[in-house]
Amino acid sequence: MPTTAPTAHALSDVTASDSTLRRFLHGLPGVDAVGLEARAASLGTRSIKTTAKAYAIDLAISMVDLTTLEGADTPGKVRALGAKAVHPDPTDRTTPATAAVCVYPDMVAVAKEAVAGSGVKVASVATAFPAGRAALDVKLADVRDAVAAGADEIDMVIDRGAFLGGKYLKVYDEIVAVKEACGQSARLKVIFETGELSTYDNIRRASWLGMLAGADFIKTSTGKVAVNATPANTLLMLEAVRDFRAQTGVQVGVKPAGGIRTSKDAVKFLVLVNETAGEDWLDNHWFRFGASSLLNDLLMQRQKLATGRYSGPDYVTVD
Amino acid sequence: MVFEYAPAPESRSVVDIAPSYGLFIDGEFTDAADGKVFKTVSPSTEEVLSEVAQAGAEDVDRAVKAARRAFEKWSALPGSERAKYLFRIARIIQERSRELAVLETLDNGKPIKETRDADLPLVAAHFFYYAGWADKLDHAGFGANPRPLGVAGQVIPWNFPLLMLAWKIAPALATGNTVVLKPAETTPLSALFFADICRQAGLPKGVVNILPGYGDTGAALVAHPDVNKVAFTGSTAVGKEIARTVAGTRKKLTLELGGKGANIVFDDAPIDQAVEGIVTGIFFNQGQVCCAGSRLLVQESIQDELLDSLKRRLSTLRLGDPLDKNTDIGAINSAEQLARITALAEQGEAEGAERWSPACELPASGYWFAPTLFTNVTQAHTIARDEIFGPVLSVLTFRTPDEAVAKANNTQYGLSAGIWTEKGSRILAVANKLRAGVIWSNTFNKFDPTSPFGGYKESGFGREGGRHGLEAYLDV
Amino acid sequence: MSDARLSVFKTYKLYVGGKFPRSESGRVYEVTDSKGNWLANAPRSSRKDARDAVVAARKAFGGWSGATAYNRGQVLYRVAEMLEGRRDQFVREVADAEGLSKSKAAAVVDATVDRWVWYAGWTDKIAQVIGGANPVAGPFFNLSSPEPTGVVAVLAPQESSFLGLVSVLAPVIATGNTAVVIASEKSPLPALSLAEVLATSDVPGGVVNILSGRTAELAAPLAAHQDVNAIDLAGADEELAKELEIAAADNLKRVLRPQAVDYFEAPGTDRMTAFLETKTVWHPTGSLGASGSSY
Repeated sequence: MPTTAPTAHALSDVTASDSTLRRFLHGLPGVDAVGLEARAASLGTRSIKTTAKAYAIDLAISMVDLTTLEGADTPGKVRALGAKAVHPDPTDRTTPATAAVCVYPDMVAVAKEAVAGSGVKVASVATAFPAGRAALDVKLADVRDAVAAGADEIDMVIDRGAFLGGKYLKVYDEIVAVKEACGQSARLKVIFETGELSTYDNIRRASWLGMLAGADFIKTSTGKVAVNATPANTLLMLEAVRDFRAQTGVQVGVKPAGGIRTSKDAVKFLVLVNETAGEDWLDNHWFRFGASSLLNDLLMQRQKLATGRYSGPDYVTVD
Repeated sequence: MVFEYAPAPESRSVVDIAPSYGLFIDGEFTDAADGKVFKTVSPSTEEVLSEVAQAGAEDVDRAVKAARRAFEKWSALPGSERAKYLFRIARIIQERSRELAVLETLDNGKPIKETRDADLPLVAAHFFYYAGWADKLDHAGFGANPRPLGVAGQVIPWNFPLLMLAWKIAPALATGNTVVLKPAETTPLSALFFADICRQAGLPKGVVNILPGYGDTGAALVAHPDVNKVAFTGSTAVGKEIARTVAGTRKKLTLELGGKGANIVFDDAPIDQAVEGIVTGIFFNQGQVCCAGSRLLVQESIQDELLDSLKRRLSTLRLGDPLDKNTDIGAINSAEQLARITALAEQGEAEGAERWSPACELPASGYWFAPTLFTNVTQAHTIARDEIFGPVLSVLTFRTPDEAVAKANNTQYGLSAGIWTEKGSRILAVANKLRAGVIWSNTFNKFDPTSPFGGYKESGFGREGGRHGLEAYLDV
Repeated sequence: MSDARLSVFKTYKLYVGGKFPRSESGRVYEVTDSKGNWLANAPRSSRKDARDAVVAARKAFGGWSGATAYNRGQVLYRVAEMLEGRRDQFVREVADAEGLSKSKAAAVVDATVDRWVWYAGWTDKIAQVIGGANPVAGPFFNLSSPEPTGVVAVLAPQESSFLGLVSVLAPVIATGNTAVVIASEKSPLPALSLAEVLATSDVPGGVVNILSGRTAELAAPLAAHQDVNAIDLAGADEELAKELEIAAADNLKRVLRPQAVDYFEAPGTDRMTAFLETKTVWHPTGSLGASGSSY
């Protein structure tokens, strides 16, 4: 398997061999856990009110990858989800559409049809999601399948076992291969499953590894493990994309996924984006929320801002 | 698109400031003997908040006499009873913390974020901590039945008005002393509200007396012959004057004075957290902190990278209305302090250091100073030696750990220092060599009632906080 | 045997930086016993001798304070061993100096040796007794440890020229400070002889520096010296103590005021803690992982 980086930039040579890659990743500045978490918590105390809140809620809605990743998913379920993504609040057509719907590969075609013409993207989790424990050929077939069905975005999982075993080049090569399978049409989101990588140093290394391999987005989690997106791990990844752009000129997006359920939480993440990576990332081309129940809370908050009354679950759709 | 944060002001109406306040002597508010008053203003708007009685020598004498009368009974109370008074005070502070935070922000100019999340929680925690000591003094390591000293004369600064009051009053009362405390002339209000809390707590009359006033009030208090203990937090110059005043007496003295803390960043530091630590180190409370990390010592090999990150970070600081919950940088406490910071910064430029501030609009009224960074600073520059007590960071470089330690210690002060490195053995080695009383490794400006605080050299002597903090108020 | 042999007098000298210089001033003064009989000429040190002593003490500080506590304990215990060997000499000198009977002087010397032993044992315990971990409310390991304050000027007690001297000197150096001692003005000889013991007991040069002369004349420059960190005023009267405390404020020296002390009584730890700083170091404890205990 060739190991050429997809983009030629200042760091292209660090992936020349297993040892150069390892030296590079281990040479990244360390992360002090207490300091990182304290910074994330401190940004979490920002008070976002009135006009700022309205802006943030609409922005957050537009950044949602509305997700259903259940064994029980059916075309009907996916169609309903697609309809909701296009018109999240049927009572208020000024509500922005979500960024994407996120489904399993076999549901891509259905989803594509459901959102056709709306601008809402279809993202698909491929590469033997969520465990990623399959042969590379199987993973690549999974990806090609989804892309062929019209997926605009592929959410892949990295091989955490290989990463934790220190086989960085193996992880890198796999991402490069998946990126190639995405072709020109699909953007690639690389999921690290930060809860399994466990340490912040690992998350920083994984972020750089993913970006070096050509990720369009780096994404925290599958939503299928105990700890998913947190303010701290998302802050860390935002620092990584900021620094990567400063060094290479290449901008990469960030997607926290799993565990973000309230508008308040979503707004805190937007504050993290605003004050870490900066306004260039305040757009659904560069930041996403992987979530399902978050959207309804955003919609209820939006209704509250519009009417002055607190809304309730019966006033938003259950899809 | 730009994410503009809308104004998010904390409500001013949660605090009711009276148009005038008296001195608090022997459990009563009273006018000054000579009827003098002074005005206290909000530094962010220059609005007059209230008119406060100004204590003179006669008032000092009255207050010391009241404290002396109260001492006999207070010191004879079982420690467990004194403890309960302090617990009551701690609880009332928690109950009234929102009101007190707003008050402190109004009178001091510091952001509500800080009074709400740092000052007030620490104030309550300090009273809780020392409350628990009151009936355990036999176990504090000073021998059996350690005795209080008597009347404590305490003079505190304006940078953390209520927190410095807590640092002074909580250990003094726990150990059985009575106090006469003089708050700073620019920030008398929270101490006067504290007097009200003492009344709510049912604290016996005369145990706590509050005397607002200027330097001469403090001087009279320190010199009063019936004061047994003097505790001062403030400038080194005044600290020396006080040390001369109490020379040859039996008064026990503790001083918590100035600093010029070095924040040392090694090439293997956790850079993003180091940047946060540098920002916290010098911009917390507008840099008006005696233990501020006002000298950044950065290893030359990472200077450019670190300064780029730091400048980018400074550009996100939000300066403005201290009552806005999103404000990071509030007002400078007074016109005098602003003038001093301004003069020292100008001297930095005149001596050839390179000045930088982020784009930052200063409000039209009030006392404001933009976050400022000086590069190309050497040990010989005034801004590397004198305490500025403002949001001004001097950046120096070093090449080796030895050089870092030598530069960090090359000051008459010795209060605080910071070390940033991912190498554990280096933290321990450098911490060992630094001549400073509080050292933060991979963090900065952390405070806790259990943690002793105080300086080496001209940063003063004695410790506040923790078991060590009891010693200053015991006859041991 | 005839006692016709003429004895050899000792020339008493200062002890500075591990060497035995004469006073830079070239001056001496007569030291007499309690009955007024001439005992020796002692150097009358000048302010320049005091200055040199501070330089020597500062130079020695890094090594002595950086030595392991165990090592300092071994060195101080060695001092006690050497003293014991010279017991007869010190009994004679103390008897002469303080007008004591042989048996009373012997009791003083024994108590003095025992005091060295007591402080020798403290070197590696004081940190445990007065330092420790502080349970801060946050993810930090927070430790307070005592550290020596630096160069300490010691005005040795005027009356108790040997036991008193050791009782104020030993606690200063046990904890890692270095000392500039002004010996009892009237009875400096035991102090000057102690220097000979120190010089042969593995105490590094400069850790203890001993000056004889006029206390007030020497104390003034030491109290005002900007490179002296602390001063023990044990040997000053009330008026001098006040003057010196005022001068000491110029660089905020730690000042131990004179107090009535019975040097035969067992001391507490306060003469050690008077010249110790408390250093508190915060370390983040971190979490076991991003998914770990901190959430």
